[in-house]
Amino acid sequence: MSGTAAELDPRDRGGAGTPLLDVRGLVKHFGGKGGFLAKKTGVVRAVDGVDFSVAKGETLGIVGESGCGKSTTARLVMQIIAPDAGEILFDGEAVGSAALDLKAFRRQVQMVFQDSYASLNPRLTVEDTVAFGPRIHGASAASSIAKAHDLLHRVGLEPRRFAGRYPHEISGGQRQRVNIARALSLEPRLLILDEAVSALDKSVEAQVLNLLLDLKRDFGLTYMFITHDLNVVRFMSDRIMVMYLGKVAEVGPSDPIFERPGHPYTAALLSSMPSMDPDNLTLEAPLTGDPPNPIDPPSGCRFHPRCKMVSAICSHAEPPLSDVGAEHLAACHLANPNSGHPRLAAV
Amino acid sequence: MSSPSSSIVEARNLTVDFAAGRGSLRAVCGVDLSLKPGETVALLGESGSGKSVTLRALMRLHPNSAKIGGAITVDGQDVLALSPAQLRAYRGRIVSMIFQDPGLAFDPVYRIGDQIAETVMRHEGCSHAQARKRGLELFERVRIPSPERRLDNYPHEMSGGMRQRAMIALALACRPKVLLADEPTTALDATVQIQVLLLLRELQREFGLAIVFVTHDIGVAVEIADRIAVMYAGRIVESGSCASVIRNPSHPYTRGLLASRAHATLAKGERLYAIPGSPPDLAAPPPGCAFGPRCDRFIDGCAADVPENIAIEAGHEARCFRLSALEHGSNAA
Repeated sequence: MSGTAAELDPRDRGGAGTPLLDVRGLVKHFGGKGGFLAKKTGVVRAVDGVDFSVAKGETLGIVGESGCGKSTTARLVMQIIAPDAGEILFDGEAVGSAALDLKAFRRQVQMVFQDSYASLNPRLTVEDTVAFGPRIHGASAASSIAKAHDLLHRVGLEPRRFAGRYPHEISGGQRQRVNIARALSLEPRLLILDEAVSALDKSVEAQVLNLLLDLKRDFGLTYMFITHDLNVVRFMSDRIMVMYLGKVAEVGPSDPIFERPGHPYTAALLSSMPSMDPDNLTLEAPLTGDPPNPIDPPSGCRFHPRCKMVSAICSHAEPPLSDVGAEHLAACHLANPNSGHPRLAAV
Repeated sequence: MSSPSSSIVEARNLTVDFAAGRGSLRAVCGVDLSLKPGETVALLGESGSGKSVTLRALMRLHPNSAKIGGAITVDGQDVLALSPAQLRAYRGRIVSMIFQDPGLAFDPVYRIGDQIAETVMRHEGCSHAQARKRGLELFERVRIPSPERRLDNYPHEMSGGMRQRAMIALALACRPKVLLADEPTTALDATVQIQVLLLLRELQREFGLAIVFVTHDIGVAVEIADRIAVMYAGRIVESGSCASVIRNPSHPYTRGLLASRAHATLAKGERLYAIPGSPPDLAAPPPGCAFGPRCDRFIDGCAADVPENIAIEAGHEARCFRLSALEHGSNAA
């Protein structure tokens, strides 16, 4: 799914076959030491051994309940927080190595956050906000401003009307467009969108999703698209990664995941979506209870206490990611014919 | 249309004005709402559409500086004429409310069980032990695991979904007749949201509650509501039974909302239908139909006057001048 624009990119080092982003064994635990008034606190296993890759030109959607580690994963990739373990390769180069230092990496990877207001400096005008990045990275004042105007135009904010405004003077949808323009000002190759449309009104959300599709095509971008909205993730993504309690539960191309989910958790997540059919209302909740706490996650398969297909093996053996289709993997004993899960014999 | 005598909630030509700068701002401009006991109406709209302001007006939660016009009758009482003492008896006993953020609805320094007991004692004058027993029953009813222990929790000790259940228990503590729900599932994960919606549906049947459910999510409205009222810029622009509004959306705004949803049948890379522009500034609303500037069926006449309701089918109406000219239903989005 690598777009032509990505192939022509002069910054391309590894070629079309090398994933733009390759993450191996990513781990991040929070807390565990001291705590408030020397009280013992548990370790939050926010991200606990996550592997994934994002091919050039594709959109990887990441979904999961709160606490599953999807935002932490994004922050780790972005190097906002340091991982405890794991390797992040960007176009074949290790991030932070001599070949790709942090400043060069950040020029190529940018992020858009959910809260459009909190992520803008209230004292900078829209124009200065977008021009800030290029200035820091050495562009002249005049060329930065020219670039900002061009980008504002591209995201649908006429510079003549909007360049001089402050964040509080524009609407939420417009602010998110400014954030997108700012993210694009350094001509990144990878854009991480962390719930970037979740706070927008539905009628505005559709506009911004369309804008993101256009920008991806025009700039040859690659997206990591994090959301809790399953309709949106299917619309936007080529591949989807489902996370549960800091682990990858399932990953694969988006249509197979929606049509034939390989993990019982994915199936439950999908059937939790409102039905949109007044004659066919949901009668039973697919899952009971809240997502468990990432402090002290369950043993074996982390989903087993909430799983309808649970058997004895699930509580002591952790299922590896197993093939359930073309490039479609699920971390479930039922996906592995040799796991010894009793339901496999029944099928 | 039901007659006022059979309805438990009746709002007529409701307006709410807030002071804004030197002038004032009309957040709700003439809302009519009528609910029978045991009925659920979803107020569907975007931010600034007036849905939450309408809801709060039903409980008179606005500051005194807000001017409420029109008439509100709930369970035979003229809500706008209630004295402060009557209002205290009304809130919680006749009508209660659940919010989007249960963290803000509970006092963080008291145990949840005590907060529920306080409400019951205040309204029913019973002993603390009796009130706590009621709290326990309710915790069991909303299916909070190990309810006895959980009554002694502080709000921060519960997860989001459980706090939301505890808030529902608090709201139902004095057996109200009407429940006002202000986006109670918006902050929850989809897996928890559906549990809370099913619970509300079940409690409604059991207690015969009338529910006004404010949401911005059409999917949620369809799951919970008997009727949907779509709000835009302070007015109900379309209302009708859930099935009728979803299958035969008639106002251009409702059609646009339904068409702009990302859904499974879209081909990859296909663009979404998007309503152009953004919701109007209530301090300077456009003349005539407030949706006019964003509407794909706009004609000059739309800016001249505010459209009246036009009947689509029995109990389903929409405010649009162009409707009389359209063949209803044949061109559903």
